Amino acid sequence: MENRVTFNNRWLPFLLIAPQLLVTLVFFFWPAGQAVWQSMYLPDPFGLSSEYVGAENFWFLFEDPYYRASFATTAIFSSLVTLSSMSVALFLAVMADRVIKGSGAYRTLLIWPYAVAPAIAGVLWLFMFNPSIGVATYWLKVLGYDWNHVLNGTEAMGLVVAAASWKQISYNFLFFLAGLQAIPKSVIEAAAIDGASFAKRFWTIVFPLLSPTTFFLLVVNIVYAFFETFAVIHTITAGGPRQDTTILVYKVFADGFVGQDLGSSAAQSVVLLFIVGLLTIVQFKFIERRVHY
Amino acid sequence: MATITLNAVKKTYGKTEVIHGVDLDVADGELIVIVGPSGCGKSTLLRMVAGLETITAGEISIAGRKVNDLEPHERDIAMVFQNYALYPHMSVRKNLAYGLKIAKIPTDEINRRVAKAAKMLQLDDYLDRKPRQLSGGQRQRVAMGRAIVREPAAFLFDEPLSNLDAKLRVQMRMEIKALQRELGVTSLYVTHDQVEAMTMADRVVVMNAGIAEQIGPPLEVYRNPASLFVAGFIGSPPMNFINPALLSDIAPAEAETLGIRPEHCALTTAEAGRLSGTVAFCEALGADTLVHVRMADGSLLIVRSDGDPIETGEAVGVSLETPEILGFDSDGRAIRS
Ligand SMILES: Nc1ncnc2c1ncn2[C@@H]1O[C@H](COP(=O)(O)OP(=O)(O)O)[C@@H](O)[C@H]1O
Ligand SMILES: [Mg+2]
Repeated sequence: MENRVTFNNRWLPFLLIAPQLLVTLVFFFWPAGQAVWQSMYLPDPFGLSSEYVGAENFWFLFEDPYYRASFATTAIFSSLVTLSSMSVALFLAVMADRVIKGSGAYRTLLIWPYAVAPAIAGVLWLFMFNPSIGVATYWLKVLGYDWNHVLNGTEAMGLVVAAASWKQISYNFLFFLAGLQAIPKSVIEAAAIDGASFAKRFWTIVFPLLSPTTFFLLVVNIVYAFFETFAVIHTITAGGPRQDTTILVYKVFADGFVGQDLGSSAAQSVVLLFIVGLLTIVQFKFIERRVHY
Repeated sequence: MATITLNAVKKTYGKTEVIHGVDLDVADGELIVIVGPSGCGKSTLLRMVAGLETITAGEISIAGRKVNDLEPHERDIAMVFQNYALYPHMSVRKNLAYGLKIAKIPTDEINRRVAKAAKMLQLDDYLDRKPRQLSGGQRQRVAMGRAIVREPAAFLFDEPLSNLDAKLRVQMRMEIKALQRELGVTSLYVTHDQVEAMTMADRVVVMNAGIAEQIGPPLEVYRNPASLFVAGFIGSPPMNFINPALLSDIAPAEAETLGIRPEHCALTTAEAGRLSGTVAFCEALGADTLVHVRMADGSLLIVRSDGDPIETGEAVGVSLETPEILGFDSDGRAIRS
């Protein structure tokens, strides 16, 4: 038996997908096309005309030490965000999975940060760690640590990593918790009878069985750290001090909109487009063969 | 080798008591089957022995040692779960060896035990497969194997066969029984299937709503049920229950209900029987036929007859082997004569 909807009017299906198609074309394909096109042109200093330069913007880009530094910054930033948000979320999920009383409230509270807009999350952390009036800064000073992320690049990086991870923990937590609850309780009990301690059960049974979830989240978190942390960086450090927190996405903005170097900015967008494409392929390849234990 | 002793064991969840004090003495090497309807507390009881549930009151000892406060792995038991609970990401070999590795048993000893168990359970050819590549019966065997290699003092089974089809179930229950005999390991076996209880047990524990209603050898329980509940639960088709008013000349004075098994009833002509009624329907099983007779008071009586099915609506008489009739008092307790 074939179970599909049939349309009598052959235009109706096109009409129905038209709005989605339109949105995709106008807001995704058109700008992407523009970026590719612009990446091959060099505008004159007054922005009145532009000259075709082929791949020159790209060669220039890859030889630019600032751009390479931004690559390294992005690598550090996204590894730290992914690692910390996933490990904290996993820890919280394992704990929440054990809680029986009041687990509902506990879970709800852990999910809240996800509802906070990125810019607002950034501002929250900015206020807490403001070098002159921040609460956290004050307490750090009491403990004898002089916090100033406006001058110290490492501290700035720490702060944007914390703010970006904090938001993502909720999301990861939900997936990890669902993953944990999908593991049959009797499997864990069998391991307990077999003599495995809590830690042993975690590393030999739970963690391997969670690996599909972990892998999925790994890709999602890398994409998040690469592309969706703009607001956090913009509100907290604006890429500084110097270029210490200028990740690739932020550099596109800084070079294009602040520096008005549209050719280079477009070329950087194309590079990012390429990275997104790669990550998406990895994810799809993985989803095709999800059960791999 | 070990005995298991339960002494006034109780369990409450919150304010609800689900096990109301169970006493049980399991002899060394004995196979005890705990049988009862779904929700009567069989799993809870077994899980308390395993250490997966806390014991609210009472005492459980294994091999003479009180285990109330011991962790599951300190109790020297192995458990077989209804859904097998195999480690899905490990090969059969690793599943079997997992517990032994944790116990830091030397590798060659592990290999020896795994090979022995695999041979015993005909799993040799499947040792490198993952559980999902096995049939239900093979998974069941792996679960058994995981229990065997540990060489525990006791086996605990929680409805291990209920996920198998009927034919495999018959085969596996014989295999488990044979294996248990061969190894001589004290075993507690939980099931809701009274046929499993009858065929496997050295002694059965019939549970009802958190109480052990009767403990005894299967035939003893079948012939002399201690209560109305046991009489109705053990045996298929179940025992017939008759209003004593219909048999006032032979019914004990205090009897509220009389019971007789279908095989102790026989069909006669409408005039000759002690009881009479009309045939409601017949179930032909091949070797014999279950004739459901509707009595004058509207109740149904099952007669196991070796004849062929009879027309529905036909008037028949039923004769009874009167010495086999049991009486039950107003509390449902059997009246001993
Ligand atoms: N974790 C629990 N919390 C509350 N009640 C429970 C829990 N586990 C079991 N029960 C209750 O205890 C009773 C016995 O359950 P169980 O031992 O699983 O029955 P069985 O195995 O005989 O079907 C049931 O009424 C069930 O609802
Ligand atoms: Mg049960």
